[in-house]
Amino acid sequence: MELTNENVLGKIIEQFGIDNIWDAVNPDGIMTFQTNRETIIPLIQYLYDDTELQVRFLTTMAGIHYPEQKDKELCMMYQLHSLRHNYRLRIKVYFPATDPVMPTLTNLYATANWMEREAYDFYGIVFTGHPNLIRILNVEDMEYHPMLKQYPLEDQTREDKIDTFFGR
Amino acid sequence: MKSDGLEQFEANRDLKLHNPEDQNLTTLNLGPTHPATHGIFQNILQMDGEKIVSAVSTVGYIHRAFEKIAEHRPFYQITPLTDRMNYCSAPINNMGYHMTVEKLLGITVPKRAQYIRVIMMELARISDHLICNSILGVDTGAFTGFLYVFQEREKIYDIYEEVCGARLTTNMGRIGGMERDLSPKAIYMIEEFLKNFPKVFKEFEDMFNRNRIFIDRTEGVGPITAERAMNYGFTGPNLRAAGVDYDVRVMNPYSSYEDFDFEIPVGTNGDTYDRFMVRNEEVWQSLRIIEQALKNLPEGSYHADAPHYYLPPKQEVYRSMEALIYHFKIVMGEIDAPAGEVYHAVEGGNGELGFYLISDGGRTPYRLHFRRPCFIYYQAYPEMVVGSSLSDAIVILSSMNVIAGELDA
Repeated sequence: MELTNENVLGKIIEQFGIDNIWDAVNPDGIMTFQTNRETIIPLIQYLYDDTELQVRFLTTMAGIHYPEQKDKELCMMYQLHSLRHNYRLRIKVYFPATDPVMPTLTNLYATANWMEREAYDFYGIVFTGHPNLIRILNVEDMEYHPMLKQYPLEDQTREDKIDTFFGR
Repeated sequence: MKSDGLEQFEANRDLKLHNPEDQNLTTLNLGPTHPATHGIFQNILQMDGEKIVSAVSTVGYIHRAFEKIAEHRPFYQITPLTDRMNYCSAPINNMGYHMTVEKLLGITVPKRAQYIRVIMMELARISDHLICNSILGVDTGAFTGFLYVFQEREKIYDIYEEVCGARLTTNMGRIGGMERDLSPKAIYMIEEFLKNFPKVFKEFEDMFNRNRIFIDRTEGVGPITAERAMNYGFTGPNLRAAGVDYDVRVMNPYSSYEDFDFEIPVGTNGDTYDRFMVRNEEVWQSLRIIEQALKNLPEGSYHADAPHYYLPPKQEVYRSMEALIYHFKIVMGEIDAPAGEVYHAVEGGNGELGFYLISDGGRTPYRLHFRRPCFIYYQAYPEMVVGSSLSDAIVILSSMNVIAGELDA
């Protein structure tokens, strides 16, 4: 079967219902749609198991922060790839910053382990069921999640650093 | 309202994977500054005599917050950041990023520029693979091969210097094409390289491929099955060594890769020897691509006609008002990009190097996420070394070609 955005979306909606899959768009040739926290893991499991789709490669995951969107401040983007059909798709889940919890994908994809740790490190998104959810790139005692938009880049004119240590 | 998961997470926060109380095991720190890691990252190994029982990797020692910095910089100023990810093949990163921005802006690049890009990207791939394979030789105790090919790698860097003026962190090309055309000297240097390099590389292969000691040290060491490799998100030579023929250049051709005739080598059992052999063969295939690209180099412009994004020639800036205005606006980042969302992947030295770019219509990206192949496949390292000896762990690490800059971004 030739996979197109229409028939893949049709299959997914048939399986999970129109209430759980919405806003399908095609920004750059990769179909993007939204779903909710309850559906995301069964959905990715379904894409993995289905013999026609065979979406069995997790390309990447990324957190995104939209501080202006009320109750949809945080977003988790999953990009999957069916190597069999060379078909890519992207799934987004929006959730409020006051409840930054997502189910973990590590039970299905081993590669989700560090990707989720990265999202936790940068955005404070907590993945329930993750085997070892600790910071990965930043120092352990950092007290905030630096990629959130409220944290600016370091002020270039700050004076509390001693210049000679930085070769200035 | 907090869901149950958050509380459960907070309760389990201090969970440790290791059991340091076990008296029979030795804890060994491999890294952060161990010469055999070829970069700054730490592996805490728990050893039972010579055998590794468990391993934990710690990364982030040279994390430079590229994704955060990129949200505050105009598009042109992000290219130098990409240099510093996989610094062994910087042109691939530069051009991958440029192609991502071109996709967002809807710019079509002329054929000639695409071919020049292919030539530079394949040279970068050769230099990347040379480093990996020759250092694998060094780690197994064979220093000579390293010296042989490093001389040739210098020639590649000379070509970079002729094409863009820099050697290691190249910042090569522009949004919309190349910064300048290939000079006759650059073409001559590439031709010389194509003439001299195969002899040297043949000698390098003769030293390793059928070498009994090298085979004993690498065959069956650190194997990974195709299923596990895919589950771990492996791409590039490491995945192909496990027998999966996934290559972005073929699956999603970019920059006219569909015009060239080349083969994708695959291994069988994904061990260190297979990874070595796949990289060697890819070097030969890259040479084939460069040869074809150079022979069929089309006439035409070396950059797209996109005055809003492509810097005007410097001579023009000095005497033409239009050019001066564009120059100023581009350099100061005063040109807004259209809103949109794109993902573009290129086949980097280590695998699928992806750029996920969200623009909200401003002067900087709203979000720029780098899919760094090293970061994704390095997490399989603990699984691959458990059960092997310490000396094998070093060899597996070098054969995976983990570049600290790309790992930590």
